Amino acid sequence: MALNQVIATMISLIKSHLLKTDALPVMTVILAVLAIWYLGAVHLNSPQLQDRYKKQGIEWRYSQLVYDSWNMKRAVLPSPHQVAMELKKTIIDQNITSKRSLVYHTGVTLSSTFLGFILGTALGIALAVGIVYVTTLDRSLMPWVIASQTIPILAIAPMIIVVLGAIGITGLIPKSLISMYLCFFPVTVGVVKGLRSPQPMLLDLMQTYNASKLQVFWCLRLPVAVPYLFASLKVAMALSLVGAIVAELPAGAQAGLGSRLLSGSYYGQTNLIWAALICAALASALLVYLVGFCQRQVCRRLAGGQEVI
Amino acid sequence: MSSDSVLSSVAVETNQLSLQFQTNDGPVVALDNINLTIEQGEFISLIGPSGCGKTTLVRVLADLEKPTSGQISVNGISPEQARLDQSYGYVFQAPALLPWRTVKDNVVLPLEIMGYSKSRQRDLAAEYLNLVNLQGFESKYPWQLSGGMQQRVSIARALSVEPQLLFMDEPFGALDEITRDHLNEQLLQLWGKTRKTVVFVTHSIPEAVFLSSRIVVMSPRPGRIIDIIDCNLPPDRSIDIRESPQFLEISHRVRDGLKSGHSYDD
Repeated sequence: MALNQVIATMISLIKSHLLKTDALPVMTVILAVLAIWYLGAVHLNSPQLQDRYKKQGIEWRYSQLVYDSWNMKRAVLPSPHQVAMELKKTIIDQNITSKRSLVYHTGVTLSSTFLGFILGTALGIALAVGIVYVTTLDRSLMPWVIASQTIPILAIAPMIIVVLGAIGITGLIPKSLISMYLCFFPVTVGVVKGLRSPQPMLLDLMQTYNASKLQVFWCLRLPVAVPYLFASLKVAMALSLVGAIVAELPAGAQAGLGSRLLSGSYYGQTNLIWAALICAALASALLVYLVGFCQRQVCRRLAGGQEVI
Repeated sequence: MSSDSVLSSVAVETNQLSLQFQTNDGPVVALDNINLTIEQGEFISLIGPSGCGKTTLVRVLADLEKPTSGQISVNGISPEQARLDQSYGYVFQAPALLPWRTVKDNVVLPLEIMGYSKSRQRDLAAEYLNLVNLQGFESKYPWQLSGGMQQRVSIARALSVEPQLLFMDEPFGALDEITRDHLNEQLLQLWGKTRKTVVFVTHSIPEAVFLSSRIVVMSPRPGRIIDIIDCNLPPDRSIDIRESPQFLEISHRVRDGLKSGHSYDD
């Protein structure tokens, strides 16, 4: 009797806790994704298995088909627990300096991600300031900025690697430049919008003080543009990682998540591909979260300590 | 010449001032043949319905807008020179405070831009925050203040550069009536203490009559002056004077002026 009550209390506690936080919806989504993934694995892997059963003349039952499709080597779609095992093998069981460690490869990719992100942000802000302050640049530069983003990155990435390789620049720099190429665009668009967003009244106020363009920039336009900058930085961060991975594909790079994706597809090791993809997704989520964290701190300061987001 | 302009008792003078805006529907006459002389130390209210050009007139005097024709002198010099010399303060319809700056840092913004020393900035901020009864609020941020207090910060900011001339463009228009009455009394005391020349835009008759030494009544389409009313109520008046016959009489005259200039057919 007492035990029943204890269990009932615990269940109600867990229930109320789950309902209070975001845990329940998040768990539901994760479970749904896993369920679809397992079903998909059966659907995609079973034709191959049925062929194999037929060739070997094995009598098969559905329970066996399901079990085998979830534990197949070189599956078309490896099941979640296979990917989890691959992640454990390549992250936890390996020394992080080993070439088999996904931590090592993620680190390689992140180094060019960061450099590209910094370069792209700097370029994006510089272009935005030019566009806002110089009428000629406003007319001439923006169409090029937009045109640059209509070229598929997969088409231009190998050319950048090859051209820079021909003049002796290899390794980190070309990869970062591809990241930069992707991530300067949202920064430019966001900062242009931000620098143009002060209320006309505040611009009039600065004019009554006879403030110089530089003073208006520092005292008014820049602080007003910062929230727009951060919204762009979130997009830029994710794009920068995409750029770094894409940059590792054409060169036959020795290290990095892109090279793991490539070797995974060469050798039909789908587990490896999925593990690298999940690593990339987690890294991206973490980076965007970090930008969001900085965003909250900075924007709160800019609102005079008021909670804004 | 410069000593003349300092000694001159005329703060603002306009002669046949006109301004046309070019819009998509053709030119709009915002100001038509404005002739106005404002003496040093006067409190002038510009009153009229929306679109009568009262805000535009103040913006022209402050060199935020260029006239199409006519002459203007502000403190004996052109409005542009007056702006470059920072010889006026301007209070907008909204407080226009920077949310990332504290009250004190908002007040010193013009001083910073004009390159005053840090200690002078601190002294002036303290002095003028004191004058608008906001001592003790230096390190608060704008959002922590009520609307009336925010507008007082912006008045302190306009006064901090110690201008002889103050332009106020419907500064209390967005506030509730009780706060507005209170601020009207405070502004009158402030004017009594500092003897600045004030050009005050409003569309409230009681506010104009209560505050002003002269009221300029304007009418729209085209924006022009239709009456100038002397309004010399006792200097130590309180808000209760609004019940007095003298006050009601002046209000009446202002209202008549507004009626005659305004077509109610639309």
